[in-house]
Amino acid sequence: MGVYEVMEEAVRLLLIEKGILTDAEIAAQIDLIDSRSPALGAKVVARAWTDAAFKQRLLADCRAALMEMQIDIGQIAEFKVVENTPETHNVIVCTLCSCYPKLLLGIPPAWYKNLAYRSRTVVDPRGVLAEFGVKVPKSQEVRVHDSTADLRYIVLPMRPKGTEKLDEPALAALVSRDAMIGTAIPTYA
Amino acid sequence: MRKTKTRDGADGRAVHDVGGLDFGAIDRTEHDLALWEKRVDSMMILLYSKKGLWTVDAMRRTIEDYGQQTYDKIAYYEKWMRAMRNLLVEQEVVSRAEIDAKMAEVADRHRAAGRTVPTHKATWS
Repeated sequence: MGVYEVMEEAVRLLLIEKGILTDAEIAAQIDLIDSRSPALGAKVVARAWTDAAFKQRLLADCRAALMEMQIDIGQIAEFKVVENTPETHNVIVCTLCSCYPKLLLGIPPAWYKNLAYRSRTVVDPRGVLAEFGVKVPKSQEVRVHDSTADLRYIVLPMRPKGTEKLDEPALAALVSRDAMIGTAIPTYA
Repeated sequence: MRKTKTRDGADGRAVHDVGGLDFGAIDRTEHDLALWEKRVDSMMILLYSKKGLWTVDAMRRTIEDYGQQTYDKIAYYEKWMRAMRNLLVEQEVVSRAEIDAKMAEVADRHRAAGRTVPTHKATWS
């Protein structure tokens, strides 16, 4: 085990001894983390694809729209949904650190927090997207959204063609974590 | 007085201010969180959002105060753990001596159980 793992255990034991935290509180918080995952975000995207009025509410006031689906994003930050269109492809980054809509999508991938993605996405987004296998046509503008501690973005991808007959769960299954970051595009074969 | 740690060759930029620089190819390896990393995340969020011991901005400031060598070398939740430790000391919730003693106790217990524990200590600051 590493020195920081030892530090975690030591600090946790001290905080419990001093009555600042309890094991139950920590366990409950881990359960909350585990309950938030890209699958939850995908449900929201599928709802937006099938319910135009919900989509408008989601774009106008993300917090309130998510509450309609019993998803509480807490008090730490506001969320903003940015919509992909034939004219615009959106991608999110946090150049200064790792800000991410964790209470909707879960823990961010390791690469989102690493220096390469953080440094290059704002200056060469098309090059970064190409590394992820996403080729954005010249006709489509790429907008990069640099998240902050107080405001975190989520990409609403475009609904793939040929999915008119799919229901919400089937649509949600097409939406990956990376599609909501902007580094993937949902497809339907 | 606080002194901003700057990044080498980046024209006076702070160590964490990397937007527009070039750190090369993106390593897209996925990393599932270990239990200790989830505990770090959970304790940090509880300490600032539920217990009000500090703010998210104070946590960021602590991480941004690492020197470049530490900032670039240690892993994400190691940065968080170090920040939590430093903030708990800064807020006089625990002392350095208490943490050092408890870490030694934890390390000895794991060694006695046959686990490999590094002998070097994490530096302060």
